[in-house]
Amino acid sequence: MNYAFEIRGGESHIEVHKFRAGAIIIATLLALVIQASFPIHFAKAAVLDLPLIVTIYFGLSRRNPSTGLLLGMLIGLLQDSLSGPTVPLGLYGIAKTIIGYLASSIGGRLDTEHPAARFALTGAFFVAHQGLIVLTRRILLAQPEPWFNMHLVVAALVNGLVAVFLFLLLDRLRRN
Amino acid sequence: MVAIPSRHKSLVLLAGVIVLQVLMLAVQIKRDSEGRLIRAWTVGAVSPFERAGSYGFGSIRDAWRHYLALRNTAKENEQIRHENDALKLQISQLQGRAAEADRLAVLLNFRQAHAEVPMIAARVIGAGAGTASLTIELDRGERDGIRKNMGVITPDGVVGKVVEAYPNASQVLLLTDKDSGVGAMLADSRIQSPVGGQGEPLLAMKYVPNDDAVSVGEQVTTSGMDRIFPRDLPVGTVAEIKSGNPFKQIRIKPAAHLERLEEVLVLLSLRPLDMRKEENSGDAQPSTPGAASPPPTVRR
Repeated sequence: MNYAFEIRGGESHIEVHKFRAGAIIIATLLALVIQASFPIHFAKAAVLDLPLIVTIYFGLSRRNPSTGLLLGMLIGLLQDSLSGPTVPLGLYGIAKTIIGYLASSIGGRLDTEHPAARFALTGAFFVAHQGLIVLTRRILLAQPEPWFNMHLVVAALVNGLVAVFLFLLLDRLRRN
Repeated sequence: MVAIPSRHKSLVLLAGVIVLQVLMLAVQIKRDSEGRLIRAWTVGAVSPFERAGSYGFGSIRDAWRHYLALRNTAKENEQIRHENDALKLQISQLQGRAAEADRLAVLLNFRQAHAEVPMIAARVIGAGAGTASLTIELDRGERDGIRKNMGVITPDGVVGKVVEAYPNASQVLLLTDKDSGVGAMLADSRIQSPVGGQGEPLLAMKYVPNDDAVSVGEQVTTSGMDRIFPRDLPVGTVAEIKSGNPFKQIRIKPAAHLERLEEVLVLLSLRPLDMRKEENSGDAQPSTPGAASPPPTVRR
């Protein structure tokens, strides 16, 4: 499991990537720290969800649903912990668990190396992530929140764009 | 034990993890304190990195603002400099207007205090072109009722007399000119003597005998004898006294600021006026032909 290998199912030709030791932990921590620090200095950066982008990236790259969902859960719970007492533990946890699972599952079926595919997938996952958060808030926490607004669309596009470049950086952490 | 197909293992794991988190949410909703420990650990673990990150971002931002993003700073600086210049100009203009308003207020007060004396305010629009005579030019002339030999004053004192009246302008010979003069008297001793210009800042009081007592600083006022200026208008103060033969040589410092005149009052009468009488006695009968005339209109 130390090297990249291929899954051959039917006509699919999907590559599974491994990463350098500690790369996932460092990338995750960096994403959380930047997410917590960046908006203080650049308010507009609050539109970014770097932990989500990292979750999606590792989910798409590892292509193992179990690993993806566990990583998503871990990142989500850490994000919950850092978001203050108004965000209950599990809000981001549940959403990122599901996104991690979906990303890993889709990553095993699609070629996700192309920037356009990464842009589209990240945008779609961002919308799905927000939808899951709204769903959790509405059903489990009885906190009414709007399902959709223009801010969501803009945020999805921005995150998709950032993801294209961030994925290129994270690609460098892969083992050859 | 029921075996789970390997392709469903991740789905089961997902369901389990989600259920766990939902339970965690439910516990937190019921008891607010739950989850505090996890938060404390997470925050404790991440906050040093956050602090470092914040410091790093702050340094980068400061470096960007203070060293790299100077293009906008230069533009802003230039813009602020322009604004500053414009504001300085505006302040200067406003100060000028305020000073003008103060001067006009003094003129107005003076005119109101001497409502019986016909006078018109005029603005000084020019000075004599040469050094041969000390004259100023006013923005009012014959159309405003100004005639040759009319007296010109300010609230501070006598300025001179009109030497030339044009339709829309007039020229005034200042008291300091060599050819200028005014009937005057010493305010305390009531000694009368004409005061004339010498072509220099100080005036000369002639014909005061050596025996008469005159002191430096004594006020000199108009005597009304020249039939141009009314009595008791300030002419100046005694600045120097020297013995002469047969008269004292007395130098007078003009009361009016002749070197920086901007607005003046022209006495619109060629007949003698007595300001003091008009000022002091509201029901007193005027003793001069000028004062005997019907109440004049005061115009600006």
